[in-house]
Amino acid sequence: MTAAAAPAASPATTGEQPGVRLARSRRNAELSLLLLALVLVAAYGATVEATVLDTVTADFWMPTAVLAALFLAMHVAVRFLAPFADPALLPAVALLNGIGVGFLRRLDLAKADPGDRETLAIFAGNGGRQLAWTLASVALAAGLLALMRDHRSVSRYAYTLGLAGIVLVMIPAVLPARYSEIYGAKLWIIIPGLGQIQPGEFAKLALLAFFAYYLVRKREVLSLASHRFLGIDFPRGRDLGPVLAVWALSVLVLVFEKDLGTSLLYFGMFVVTLYIATERVSWLLIGLILFFGGAYLAYVLGGVIGGPFANFHLRAEIWLDPFADPYQDGYQLVQGLLALGSGGLFGAGPGGGEPLEIPEVQNDFIFAGIGEEIGLFGLSALLVVYLLIVERGLRAALAVRDSFGKLLAGGLAFTLGLQVFVIVGGISKLIPLTGQTTPFLSAGGSSLMANWLLIIVLMRVSDAARRPMTGGPGGTAARPGGGPPEQLHGAPTEVIRP
Amino acid sequence: MNAPLRRVGVVAMVLFGLLFANLNWIQAYKADEYRNSDYNGRVQVAEYERRRGNIEAGGTALATSKETSGKLRYLRTYPGGQKYAHVLGYKPVNLGDTGIERVENDFLAGTSDALIANRIKDMFTGDETGGGNVLLTLSKRAQDAAYNGLADNRVGAKRGAAIAIDPRTGAVQALVSMPSFDPNPLASHDSEEATAAFNKLENAPGGPLKNRALSEVLPPGSTFKIVVAAAALENGVGKDTSIPAGPSWTPPTSGAPIRNAAPGICPEPEVTLINAVTESCNTGFAQLGVKLGADKVKEKARQFGFEQDDLTVGQLGEGGLPTAPSRTGSMEAPDGATDPAALAQSSIGQRDVKMTPLQGALIAGAIANGGSQMRPHLVRQLLAPDRTTSYYTAKPNKLRQPVSGQVASDLRDMMVSVVKNGTGRNANFDGYQVGGKTGTADVSPGTPPHGWFIGFALDKNGTPVSAVCVVLEEAGDGGSGEAARIAGKIMQAAAADSGGR
Repeated sequence: MTAAAAPAASPATTGEQPGVRLARSRRNAELSLLLLALVLVAAYGATVEATVLDTVTADFWMPTAVLAALFLAMHVAVRFLAPFADPALLPAVALLNGIGVGFLRRLDLAKADPGDRETLAIFAGNGGRQLAWTLASVALAAGLLALMRDHRSVSRYAYTLGLAGIVLVMIPAVLPARYSEIYGAKLWIIIPGLGQIQPGEFAKLALLAFFAYYLVRKREVLSLASHRFLGIDFPRGRDLGPVLAVWALSVLVLVFEKDLGTSLLYFGMFVVTLYIATERVSWLLIGLILFFGGAYLAYVLGGVIGGPFANFHLRAEIWLDPFADPYQDGYQLVQGLLALGSGGLFGAGPGGGEPLEIPEVQNDFIFAGIGEEIGLFGLSALLVVYLLIVERGLRAALAVRDSFGKLLAGGLAFTLGLQVFVIVGGISKLIPLTGQTTPFLSAGGSSLMANWLLIIVLMRVSDAARRPMTGGPGGTAARPGGGPPEQLHGAPTEVIRP
Repeated sequence: MNAPLRRVGVVAMVLFGLLFANLNWIQAYKADEYRNSDYNGRVQVAEYERRRGNIEAGGTALATSKETSGKLRYLRTYPGGQKYAHVLGYKPVNLGDTGIERVENDFLAGTSDALIANRIKDMFTGDETGGGNVLLTLSKRAQDAAYNGLADNRVGAKRGAAIAIDPRTGAVQALVSMPSFDPNPLASHDSEEATAAFNKLENAPGGPLKNRALSEVLPPGSTFKIVVAAAALENGVGKDTSIPAGPSWTPPTSGAPIRNAAPGICPEPEVTLINAVTESCNTGFAQLGVKLGADKVKEKARQFGFEQDDLTVGQLGEGGLPTAPSRTGSMEAPDGATDPAALAQSSIGQRDVKMTPLQGALIAGAIANGGSQMRPHLVRQLLAPDRTTSYYTAKPNKLRQPVSGQVASDLRDMMVSVVKNGTGRNANFDGYQVGGKTGTADVSPGTPPHGWFIGFALDKNGTPVSAVCVVLEEAGDGGSGEAARIAGKIMQAAAADSGGR
């Protein structure tokens, strides 16, 4: 550990100081920010109608009103259940979710017959479905907030969650393609006639809870027992076991589910939590080498023998030159790039673009579709909102007192950021495109719901972090449920080291 | 654990910084390319926002834009259907454009520099004035005669071409390639329909998309004798000079004898040059060519326009439909010396001699026009969207002078004799003096020969009104006679129309 970072490990600076500084609940700040976000969402909806319909219908505020009722209810729930939660998280997510619903409704308007546009029902089409999913997600999120009064209680179910996570990841891989494959990615559980869910989105949360618990238990041995080589501490061979197991899992995902993005996400998630737990840079290096080595190997194998690696090879080829086959393989990426380019700095204005030029714009390419209409400036603003969520999550991890909470919040926040990086980087040709949803924007219930649950965990951790230590009804002693004492006992950050 | 958490925070910022930098890079360096990419449907939506100008001939719109209710506001239509397809080309939504639609695209679309004032005016008035109009040199009557003549040819030829030029100006009066195609489905806004139509045409027998009049090269057969005759006239042979002929002649070093098309043609040992042309005497021209030498024959062909590979037919001076170069071939033995057998066969338009129908019309036109060959062109005028301002009017210019006035006059007499007394009688029509030369070009054993006719019509004052070339591919024995008949019809129509245009 470096000298500069050393004091950070002491509870005197990590736990109490922010606790003293942030004693106020800041719920009113959250309310103000939430109202601002809702005004933006309403304005977005009105602009879309003005552009697409040439008039703003009397009902333009209806979707926003539904969202407002939901988010305000959530805000009230937070007031009671997590009064010290970070005030920026809920408004940021509300803004993204609202813009997502608004954009999907804008796509529905463009697809509808000109005569039916003005009377499009608010629960119709993709936008309406997304609105319904938002309702379900927020209700579930509030339920989780009520149920999980202390994030440490999650660690009691860590092994169950870990097993559930692996099962969820593996289900699409073992299901026949008919029940699991959409556009070449075997990521789904398709229930014929009803729809499909993407279990990997939920597995992400379950696996991370398990990682956090496992690493808190093992961090001493992982970080202390090591060989020093080339100035870097390398772990003992036998301690590599779990890392290699997860690496193997992510490669299996890559091969059997044909999805580099999810694979990258799981692996990045694990390596980062490992790094946070052990503070060993060597884990990062090993992780990066393993991943990029694996990806390159898959690329080469895909080119030489094809088979299960062919899909990844193709994606890498498209990434290298999307214009080589602009009407077939490269079509979607090309159209996404053209949309971004056509948007320019300020965009065509909400409703003013041609997002339907991009195939499947409501899923992976929603960022490009929105980008055409809000331009570079709007996209930058969206990126900043995402970054805000990520950094606020990491801040909660910094401030919370227990190791499990630190790993949980840090891992989740980074995973969210990594997911945004993977998909936005993919559609803008920074990295090979992989099928990932854009959190809170893309159409799709699984992703929306899982990410809302993720945010609730972050809010719960931030609530614990910012809650005053002693005195008052919000103090540790009065915390309902309480944490299991062995957690506090076993959490190494709480051990004062000389 | 806080130190790594802080570093993870930095990593997250770096990742987002990369995204931000990449989005900026797209806007700074790639946006223009992406915005104007051929694959960008928005470009088309914008392009179809403005009414594309007409392409017209003789006061009739041949390509025009109709307003639709779809996403693309104007639909390009071609009222003439197949008749004008190879001149106009087509302007599809997603596929490549061709023909005049392609070469005058900027003016028709309204984006050319000439129309910048209109665009600036639009910016202030908020109106959308359309693109400019292109007026062609085509004569509707001559085009009708050419299209119908080829389509209804009496020898059952499936492929062929006809082109007529005003010898005095080089203005193209008619240009038809058979088989033709209907450009309307290609301009469909349903890109799948357009692609299907295109694929069907591309694989159709006879290659309907090819402009045979400008870019198909075929052995010219006896029409090439005019070039050899021109070389002879410049080298001491008069039109009444007797040249060696005979029923059969074997060139030195080669065992394959050259014969005439029928035993009745020039069996006598000597024949005058004018009669050799009139009867199309193979043995006479084979010996004449060998006597002149390969260099003189090749040079004369080059002076008539052979070997030119950069000629375009559109506006004068720049741009236009591409043409294929006509070639004489090397006429050399493997050791580099002239091969008399190759030269003999080349002198009657066989072996490696290849000519486009355009080249045939240019030869006939130069002879009719006192030896000066005018640059062929299709665009007569470019008119502003409001039809008041003219941005271009064709001012004919001379392409080259292949022969002197005297030689041209002799050649004219010989060609008139062909139509009056010889193989080209079918081309004759009342009121005009018609001259020409037929050609029957053997391709390979078992394949019927191509039938050619190149010719011209002079009015009562001796002023040339039309020069024409018609080819009927694999037409068989009657092919050249039928080509002459069609050529006569085209010239008659062009002559009747020339006053009205």
